[in-house]
Parts: sequence; C-alpha cells; structure tokens
Amino acid sequence: MYELTNVTKNYTQSKRKVVALNDVTLSIPKGQSVAIQGPTGGGKSTLLHLLGALERPTSGTVTLGEDELAALGDSRLARIRAKEIGFVFQGFNLIPTLSAQENVETALAPLGLPTRERRERAVAALENLGLGDRATHLPFELSGGQQQRVAIARALVKDPEVLLADEPTGNLDEQTRDEIMDLLEGLWREKGLTLIVVTHDTAVAKRAQRRLHIKQGKVTER
Amino acid sequence: MFGTYLARELFHRRKQTIIVAIGLAIAIALVIVVNSVSAGVRDAQATALQSVYGVGTAVTITQPPAVPVAGTTQRGPGFDFGAGAGNTADGSTTIRQSRLVTGRGSTAFDATALATAQAVSGVAQATATLALNNVSFSGTLPTGGQRQAPNAGAPTTGGSDGAGGSSFSVDTFSVEGVDVAGAAVGPLTATTLIDGRTLAASDLGKNVVVIDKSYATSATLAVGGTLAIAGTNFTVIGIVGSTSSDAATASNTYIPLDVAQSLSTLPGKVTSIYVKATSASSVGDLKTALEKALPNSTVSTQADLASTVSGSLSTASDLVSNLGTWLSVIVLAAAFLLAILFTISGVGRRTREFGTLKAIGWSNGRIVRQVAGESLVHGIIGGIIGIAVGLIGVVIVNVVAPTLTASAAAAKRTGLGGAGGGPGDGSAPGFGQRTAQAASTTNITLHAPLTLSIILIAVGLAILGGLLAGAIGGWRAARLRPAEALRSVA
Repeated sequence: MYELTNVTKNYTQSKRKVVALNDVTLSIPKGQSVAIQGPTGGGKSTLLHLLGALERPTSGTVTLGEDELAALGDSRLARIRAKEIGFVFQGFNLIPTLSAQENVETALAPLGLPTRERRERAVAALENLGLGDRATHLPFELSGGQQQRVAIARALVKDPEVLLADEPTGNLDEQTRDEIMDLLEGLWREKGLTLIVVTHDTAVAKRAQRRLHIKQGKVTER
Repeated sequence: MFGTYLARELFHRRKQTIIVAIGLAIAIALVIVVNSVSAGVRDAQATALQSVYGVGTAVTITQPPAVPVAGTTQRGPGFDFGAGAGNTADGSTTIRQSRLVTGRGSTAFDATALATAQAVSGVAQATATLALNNVSFSGTLPTGGQRQAPNAGAPTTGGSDGAGGSSFSVDTFSVEGVDVAGAAVGPLTATTLIDGRTLAASDLGKNVVVIDKSYATSATLAVGGTLAIAGTNFTVIGIVGSTSSDAATASNTYIPLDVAQSLSTLPGKVTSIYVKATSASSVGDLKTALEKALPNSTVSTQADLASTVSGSLSTASDLVSNLGTWLSVIVLAAAFLLAILFTISGVGRRTREFGTLKAIGWSNGRIVRQVAGESLVHGIIGGIIGIAVGLIGVVIVNVVAPTLTASAAAAKRTGLGGAGGGPGDGSAPGFGQRTAQAASTTNITLHAPLTLSIILIAVGLAILGGLLAGAIGGWRAARLRPAEALRSVA
C-alpha cells in the first residue's frame, strides 16, 4: 500500500535547518493497523502528513498504491486526498458554522456527488456512528466524544482506503477514548482499511497490529 | 455545499457581515448621492447657461475688453446737457437723458466676424447679437444751479426740496439687439412667448421691442405699450419668459439688431456671436478652428462658460466636485480596505478550517471560490443597503429642493461676475441708480436626478469591492499549505 524509500524531510525554522525525517524507508501493507509513537518533535506528524499527501518529502519517494506522491501536482494530490484518504484530528477540526451532517458532507463535496446522494450518505454515516439524532447540531452543541465521532464519520463517508488519525483520543477522557478506539478498530475490521494512528498513549498504541517508534527523524519497529 | 457553507458563514459570522456590508453601504450611498447631486448641479448650470446663451449654443465668440492705455482714465457713459437743457418750472429744472451703451467688459467688434465664423467647418448655424445697456439719467435741480452767493440776502428756492436741493437717479436696463430673421441659435431660443408675438423678419429697421416677463412686471409694461430706449419710443410687441421655470431670460428687452446698432451709434458692430455645432462631439475641434479663424476673439464652449456661473450654484458645484468627490473616493477606499482587511483577518482566523478542508480533499480553487463568494455576497448586501440609503438621500435632496442662485448673464456681460449696475460698474455710474438686469441672478431649484447609470455604477462598485476583497482573501487562503495550516493549529 505505502512504500517510503529513503525519505528525508527538512524544515527551516528560524533560519535553522530541522531534520524531521531522516532517510526513512518503510512499507505499510494494505489493511494493516499501525500505531506511530515517539517524543514530541520526533517527526510523527511529519510522517503522517507525508502519508496523507499533505506535503512532499525533501528527498526520497512516497508511493501510495501506484501513485508516487512527490511527483504529483497540487490538484492531483487534492484528488487523492478526496478519494483515498480519510483524516481524523486530535482537535476534531469540525467547521464550527456547519451542522454535524453538513460537516460530514464537506468530505463528499470534492467528489461532485448530487446533493441528495451527498445528504443521504452523510446521514447514513452519522447513523452508523450512533449520531443520527445529532445530525442538525452544531459542533459546540456536541460533547468531545460526539465531535470526534462526527470527525470519524466525515473521514469514512467517502469510503477511503486509508484512515490517518493524529492523536484521535488526545482530547478525550479515558472512557471516551476507549469508546472511540473500539469504534475505529471495529471500522478497520469491517471496512478493511489501512489504519495509521499517531499517539502518545501506549494503551492506544497497543491495540494496533504494528507499532512504529520515531525519534530524531529515525523510524524503528517495536 | 457552496451555498450552504456560504449561508452558514454569513449567518454565524454576522457581526463581520454587518460591519463590512455597512462600510460598503455607506460608501455606495455616498457615491449615489454625490453623483446624483453632481448631475443636478450640472443640469442647473446648463439651465443657467441656457437662459443666457440659448438652446443648442455650443460656442460663443466675444472679444476681450481693450487694455486701458497708461495715463488715461476709463469712464462710464457721460451725459452732456446744454445751457437750456431740461424743462424749467417753479424755480426747478428737470433734466432727462438716455443713452444706449455697451456694458463694461463687453467689447463691440466688427459684424464681419459672423460671416467668418459661419464659413468655419463644423458650424451648423451662427447669429450675432449686440448686448447693450440703456442708461437713463434723470434729475431735478434748482434753476441756475446750486451755486449760492455768500452774501446773498434771499434764501435759495426751487430744486427737488424747494430749498435749492437737487435729486438725481440713474435707471438701467439691458437691451439685446438680435437678428430678426429667426435664427435657431441665440438668446431668444431659450424663451417662450407669453403674450403678443416675437421679432420677425418684417421688423427689420422698426422700433419694436420684445420684453422679458419679469421686467415687464416690474416696469408695468404690456403688449401695445411704449418703452423709451435711448430716447426713442418703442412699441412693445411681445412678452417672453424663460423656457426654464426657474430662470429669467438673458436680457430685459430685445430689439432688432440694426436698430440697436443705429441707436448705440455702433453701426456694423456686435458683441457676441452664438454658434451651433454640427455635432456635439466636435465642439473641441470647432473651438480650435474658430480660434484660428478669429485670432483676436475669445471662443468659449459651454464647458468654459460653466466656470463663469457664480453664486451659490457655483459654491454647490465646487462643493460637489471637490469635497463630495473626494469624500466618496476616501469612503469608498476605506470601505474596500475594510472589506479586504476583514476578509484577510477571516482567512487568518480560519486557517485551521481551510487546512482541514484541504486535508479532506478540497482543492485550492474550491476554497478560493468559497472565500470570494462570501466577500462577493458581503459586497452585494452592502450594495443593496447602499442603494436603498442612497435613494433615500436623493429623495431627501429632492424633497428639500434647495434653491441655488446663479449669476451667469452678469459674468458674460462684465466678465467680473457682478451684477450690472453696481457702483463703479461703469455701465451705470452714479448714485440713486436702479438696476433691472433680468438675468443677472437666476434662482434654480436643485433637482438631483437618479439615472440607471448611477445605480449601475453603484452596483458595479459594490461587486468590485466584494470581488477585490474576495480575490485577495482567496489568494491568501490558496497560499496556505495544508500541512502548515494544520501545524499552526498545533
């Protein structure tokens, strides 16, 4: 599914060169669940952004299926993100002015679906996650767990091949964390997704098939 | 999705929507009012000029006053009385004399200039006039003058007060010598016949006069009556008024040109030539051609003449063209800036939102369209409110209908912007004088017209403001790198 070959990613921060990823070579097969751990600033989010086609490596190649991501233009990358990749964020990142259903619909907007189909799929995605009665609620009217479920519905409504989650339980209490992880695990099994979760939480990481550790830009298996 | 997202943003961020819309609305309303009042002032100027120069006059030709020769003194019209002048009765002598003279600032020039002007390409029609003032001196003085012998025993008698005093007055009214052939250009074309008839070709050489309505009222004259001009009795054949209900006509009286030339001892002379152009668009070229053909003359277009209009109309014109225009430009620029800054600030606040949308597959184009759409709607809302407020403003101006005074005729006659007959004016020197120059001051009610073009300009500006803000905001949003946008949240 994912092939990373000699991937290096450098940043310039305050005129200082920062090596976020250093010559990383990695393969993630389709349908695998992977947890990425490591200290803050170790390169976890950078790896997730490269996998999510949000940025290009300084050197090396990142391949998703048949597509070499670094070689593609912005519009093609946007298209890949729209069709193949779902994102879940620590802060939920819901649009505050849109209802739960409309937030889910935003993921379908780039696919050019008819309005009716878009609405039906959004409502169905929310019902699958137990939020059928919260479809018209604005994000601030929902609890943290409910907001994250809306974010998961938004990520999965387009039936992606990959689900990338950046600290998905970082803002949740322990009970809600377990509920969300149960949900993600269930969906991963049900849909055959490739699930990649960045987390500080070892309890969350332990639920994954494979655990990677990043420190100072180097990736190691656990 | 575009419409839903746009509507939600406008509704949930209504404080920003209201501020931007109000800013644009004020600017748009100001543009409408200033444009409308400006058009009204232009119309008023045209009315003031039309009352003096006639309908369709594109260009007027005059000659500048002669430069005074050093060591000489300019003086007004003189009155010479012989030893036996006047009628003597009861110890008093009553004297009266009238003269027909050109006004100060007007210069009589050879009428052959008319033929020269008519021969210039681009001239559709031309006519010449002789603008004059009839100055009448009348007074009563004691017989033998006012000299008193120092030791004369008997007190002086006679005069206006019976005790040797004197009384004098000078009466002035304007007289325009016009072509009786019925030219379609010139001052009489801006008049309507109220009573009697106007001058006709058969009036050539006859002592007949057409009178301005206002002057007829003040001088209690009617058709069939008699008016003395330069000591000659003229029969009143008609009374005319201005085509504009607000303005008086150019002159108090109109007489045949040949008679005016004869009575003023200015044979073959005129003071103005009125020219109608074959095309309104060629007035500039026509002016140049006329200046070349008549190098000693002053050739003025309507636009040039507009600057000769004085009075509160001139003040209003200056106010609109200077303060109004600049105020519009400044408020418009401020409103545009406000819209742009709010949009940029909104994009900055929504970095996480746009980063997220890019992460879930929204293209740059889609995000730019969203931001631009929101700004455009801000502009449209501002435009609608602005047009409504502007319309109310224009209605208020029209309801209040301020009256503006314009002094156009005096400006033409004297070149000094003052009414004919003022002390030292020269056309009517002296004391105790009475002035009755009809067109010296014209009251014009300001009407602010509202045209489709003004509305379209306002709508265009509102859309432009929205698009400008949207383009800049959208460009900022498009420049956001999704990873950086998401990282900035963290």
